[in-house]
Amino acid sequence: MPCYWWRDHGTWCSVLPAFCQPVSDAVKVRMDEGALLECEANPEVLTSDTMDQFRTFQMCERLLHSPTKLGSQLLYQIPAQNQIILIERYYEFDSVFAREVLGKKLSKGTKKDLDDISCKTGITLKSCRRQFDNFKRVFKVVEELKGPLVENIQRHFLLSDTLARDYAAIVFFANSRFETGKRKLQYLSFQDFAFCAGQLISYWTIGAMDSMMEDMDVDLEKEFLNELKDLKVLVNDKDMMDQHKILVCAALRGKIKVYKLMEVNFKNLSRALINLASKLTHTKDVRDLFIDLVEKFIEPCRYDRWTVAEITLFLTHYTNAAHCLGTFRHQMIWDRYMGVIKSCILQMYHE
Amino acid sequence: MPGKLKAKIVAGRHLPVMDRASDLTDAFVEVKFGNTTFKTDVYPKSLNPQWNSEWFKFEVDDEDLQDEPLQITVLDHDTYSANDAIGKVYIDIDPLLSSEAATVISGWFPIYDTIHGIRGEINVLVKVDLFNDLNRFRQSSCGVKFFCTTSIPRCYRAALVHGFVEELVVNEDPEYQWIDRIRTPRASNEARQRLISLMSGELQRKIGLKVLEMGGNAVVGYLQCFDLEGESGLVVRAIGTACTLDKLIPGTEIKESPLAHGCRSSHNSPVHSACSSQRLSHSQNFSVSVPTLVFTGTGGSPRICEFPFFTLTCFPPGFLVHIGGVVSARSVKLLDRIHNPDEPETRDAWWEEIRQEIKSHAKALGCHAVVGYSESTTICEEVCILSASGTAAMLNPRFMREGSVCVYSRFDDASPPSCGFCHIPYDEFNMPFPAQLTYCYHCRRQKVPDVLFTTIDLPAEAAVTGKGCLIQARLCRTKKKAQGEVNATAISNLLPFMEYELHTQLMNKLKLRCMNALFGLRIQISVGENMLLGLASATGVYLSALPAPGGIQIAGKTPSDLSYDQHISTMQKRINDTIVMNKELYNIHPPECIEEVVGSPIPDRQRSRLFRSTSESSDELSELDLSHGKKDAFVLEIDDTDAVEDIQSLLTDAPIPAGFYSCNTEVMPGIYNWTSGLQMFTSVRVYRLNNANLTNQGLNKIFTDLCENLLKSLYFKLRSMIPCCLCHLNFTVAVPEEELIQVRRHTPKNTSPILSIFPRNILVSIRELEFSVCFCFPGSGENEEQLQFSMELCGESTSSNNQPTAKASVSSVDYGSFADRCSTWLELLRLKAHTIRRGSVKTKVRSRSLRSTRSLPCGAPVTVVKMTPLSFLPRTRIVKYLGIINMFFIRETTSLREEGGVSGFLHSFIAEVFAMVRAHVAALGGNAVVSYSMKECVFMENPNKNQAQCLINVSGDAVIFVRESDQEAIPPLITSGQTSTTGADGTT
Repeated sequence: MPCYWWRDHGTWCSVLPAFCQPVSDAVKVRMDEGALLECEANPEVLTSDTMDQFRTFQMCERLLHSPTKLGSQLLYQIPAQNQIILIERYYEFDSVFAREVLGKKLSKGTKKDLDDISCKTGITLKSCRRQFDNFKRVFKVVEELKGPLVENIQRHFLLSDTLARDYAAIVFFANSRFETGKRKLQYLSFQDFAFCAGQLISYWTIGAMDSMMEDMDVDLEKEFLNELKDLKVLVNDKDMMDQHKILVCAALRGKIKVYKLMEVNFKNLSRALINLASKLTHTKDVRDLFIDLVEKFIEPCRYDRWTVAEITLFLTHYTNAAHCLGTFRHQMIWDRYMGVIKSCILQMYHE
Repeated sequence: MPGKLKAKIVAGRHLPVMDRASDLTDAFVEVKFGNTTFKTDVYPKSLNPQWNSEWFKFEVDDEDLQDEPLQITVLDHDTYSANDAIGKVYIDIDPLLSSEAATVISGWFPIYDTIHGIRGEINVLVKVDLFNDLNRFRQSSCGVKFFCTTSIPRCYRAALVHGFVEELVVNEDPEYQWIDRIRTPRASNEARQRLISLMSGELQRKIGLKVLEMGGNAVVGYLQCFDLEGESGLVVRAIGTACTLDKLIPGTEIKESPLAHGCRSSHNSPVHSACSSQRLSHSQNFSVSVPTLVFTGTGGSPRICEFPFFTLTCFPPGFLVHIGGVVSARSVKLLDRIHNPDEPETRDAWWEEIRQEIKSHAKALGCHAVVGYSESTTICEEVCILSASGTAAMLNPRFMREGSVCVYSRFDDASPPSCGFCHIPYDEFNMPFPAQLTYCYHCRRQKVPDVLFTTIDLPAEAAVTGKGCLIQARLCRTKKKAQGEVNATAISNLLPFMEYELHTQLMNKLKLRCMNALFGLRIQISVGENMLLGLASATGVYLSALPAPGGIQIAGKTPSDLSYDQHISTMQKRINDTIVMNKELYNIHPPECIEEVVGSPIPDRQRSRLFRSTSESSDELSELDLSHGKKDAFVLEIDDTDAVEDIQSLLTDAPIPAGFYSCNTEVMPGIYNWTSGLQMFTSVRVYRLNNANLTNQGLNKIFTDLCENLLKSLYFKLRSMIPCCLCHLNFTVAVPEEELIQVRRHTPKNTSPILSIFPRNILVSIRELEFSVCFCFPGSGENEEQLQFSMELCGESTSSNNQPTAKASVSSVDYGSFADRCSTWLELLRLKAHTIRRGSVKTKVRSRSLRSTRSLPCGAPVTVVKMTPLSFLPRTRIVKYLGIINMFFIRETTSLREEGGVSGFLHSFIAEVFAMVRAHVAALGGNAVVSYSMKECVFMENPNKNQAQCLINVSGDAVIFVRESDQEAIPPLITSGQTSTTGADGTT
């Protein structure tokens, strides 16, 4: 990962000695790779060549900060394909690193923690800084923009679809400040969270429901979160809860090994999911969405040794059964809620 | 009032933030031509202003049109204080004045500031309406075409070649005016840029006038230089070859040879060239060289000739009859002895003197003309060395205008074209120097010398055995610090020895490579405070017509010592081995010739001849016999350390890595299968020597290593591109002045490995080099293989097609040079961080980019402009010449360290210069610059004050080219990206 970066003219002086470090490191790596065997190179040539590349990169890096300029600038004549590759490579990040900053505020304070992250992940500090700055830059630009998040990122940073989606996840997490750092969440990878973010962006934001809506993709839809309170009826109404249980049990009987345990725990599980929904009006609880999912649902299931297939079946029938409840009138909200919760749980349910 | 210049300012983009408070800029534009200035409205609060101004009209003389540049200044409006300048654009409108060239200049130009570099871009439209004015006494020369190309431009036909034109203008250097003490560096730089722009305009106009008087319509091989003489002024001078060119209509074959006799009469002009320039000198009160010599040809009637010099290096078939050899002259002058420095007379007289000398040398070689002629200077303090060199030759008079060259009587012996030029032009029994002659190995009828040195390109029709290669001789000589006359004397005493040694080195290296001719020879001698540097580069070839070179024998002085003998014999063996190896390497397998018909009684000796002489301010001519005094086979005698060193240097020349070819001529002799892949590199290296009292040998070693390393690093950079050929390798050396060196007394041991290899001091030498890399494919494998380079980047699908030869491992790292720099780098560090992830990620990215159809934003893509020092682009056809590009830039910084030191500063400056050249070409509607060269690159530094200044002068011809066939659609990777690469490579 590129680790040399150019802050601004002011700090360059202090950076200069550090500039030599990556060069000599890089030279060493290239020597170990056997670069000296090619074309009668000697260390001097190799050093100068490396230095040259660092310099070129350093000059390009300024352009890479606003990729849209790269296409119209006159300083470098870079073919379009190469431009795309350059941008893509520059904005690529280590998911290990991204996992660490996920949900944190992209601020100066976090920047100080980069030392620790660097130690923890084994990624060089400079690389961490570049990745962090990339996150921050993308965040700053798209934060206030209207319209679909992924498209905004793609338009302003010319990233590929996959990478833009990953950035969307990072921006989304940073904006809502989801809790991801708890010990119990440590087993989840960046990809897990990115998937969940994708789900949340796609189904729970304003842009998700109404594409014409000129609003931001970054925030969850307030109205929807309020409506989620209505789902409480599923646990507060004793009859409805019993009926729900009967329907689910009927559908699952003989199909899952953990049937017995499910039957015993049904109410707890259902209560966990519904309570989670009803609490989401509070920002604090939104932040705890993932830790709650793990503590209230995933851990009990794991304790009872549910398999993924069993959870899939359970959640499917749990969702569908609610439709058959004559008195339950919040089908739309229910589906919108459960759809996301189901796919998130499935993504998160692993060791 | 014969012209109306119209300019329109359309828009700006990427402007810098000038108002810190709002992070925006209130920009407006001043358009200035001559003394007239127009302003646009202020476009408030935008970094991408849309002025869309009216047409600003300037009504001017065409004289001014030629001299003045259009000056566009972008400013930030400030209500309370003075408006801040953002930057400037100078547009040379000369290309619009010729009817055949561009009709409009329109495009984005980088806004340039001498302190900050490029700051945004501006879109400008410029047109010129010219009224026809046939005033006989006019001072303008609109319509005369200028070409930097040193051959007849590709889409023209030479009807007549009129001959040499030269001009010189002098002005006070703004940097040395009293006002410079009080104005800002920016103002001073801008004054200088503007002055040089004006002076080159004036120079071009005056040369154009001369051409018109001669009856020509174009100047080919136009070479403009400027001398920064310091206190005594700033000189801009130019030489060129006046021609009458006819445009070739594409598609029609010209069957009639251009030699038709009728041409001569059809182009008669009322005045003889000689007289005309004389008249000119009276009427305009500027001096031109007055014809002083009456030269009598061997056969023809006496005619008046001025200088029968030609700056061309490449000629139409049949033009060149015989070649005599290299002629050169140098002269050491003292600049503080000029009586009236503001007038050009003194310098004119100096050059006149040198040209006369060259002419007499050529005459001694039995030649009536000098081709491949060039002039140069090197200045250190008040000492100035003027040099001129060329190749003495006999030319076919039918191309000439009457009077410009004397008719050669023996013209009608029909020599076969493939060897005719090798035949000696001088009289066998009255040879100007001792030489060994044999009958031509090709036609067996005429005599040829055994070695031939020339400054021209290899004639296309020449028969060559094997391939050519770059041969360089490098030399350093220390001298004592001195002042004035003493210094000049010391230098002029050293010069002959330097030339002799360079010549010996060249000869040895030539023999070692088993070759017998040098083309494109360029000897550069630079003078510094306490040393002289000599660098000779040429392309060696084996001409089939010339005899095979003998080997090199080493003789010891004291044969008694046994170990000494042994030492010598091992050396001899090494030399013999090298010769055999080189024969193989360059594929030189001449047909064995047994019969040794020696025409001259003089035994084997070295004889290519270099006439030179040095004259200090006086006119004494000294001649030096450069041929070795040995009477037997080519012997190197080891009698002192010098000789040992010679042999060492001979053998330590690193061989070229396999797959690389290099030459300093336009095309590589012996290689014919070019692809259209082409890229240009410019590399500048600054080197500091430490303070230690270095010996000549020590210096030589350092200098040689420097050159070798430079070449090595080029090979290394291009390693993934092989097979490739480095063409037109052009080295320039400079030893900057003392004042900047003295400042650097402190000797910090620099910790960085690259920034300085030696602790700083004493000498700074700048090396600059530019060349073109052509890709060529030995053997047959044409198109498919060709794609190998270009497609590398674009993904797996294609790379799998051409597997057999593709160096998969390497190619995946290097994506052609631009991307190369970044991606190797990315690759490298990625590797460091995650060895495991690497493979998968890479393929992912690649396939993604392959699929990706995302277009880059900002509407129209930037036009791709190729740049090359060659006069052509392989496998393409130049359809139109749009005019000459001649630009001069100054860049200064007061924060050298912050900009990445000398290397960083030069690197970004050269990148900026390239960007500006490309922008100008694109605005003219062109898509390439041919015959590009960086004429001047002067770097000055004051590390104590953290300051540096650099001046760059570039020139070239803007052209439109088309690919020869559409099938050969090369993806843009190869064709475009590389030209942008500035290998500004500095070692501080």
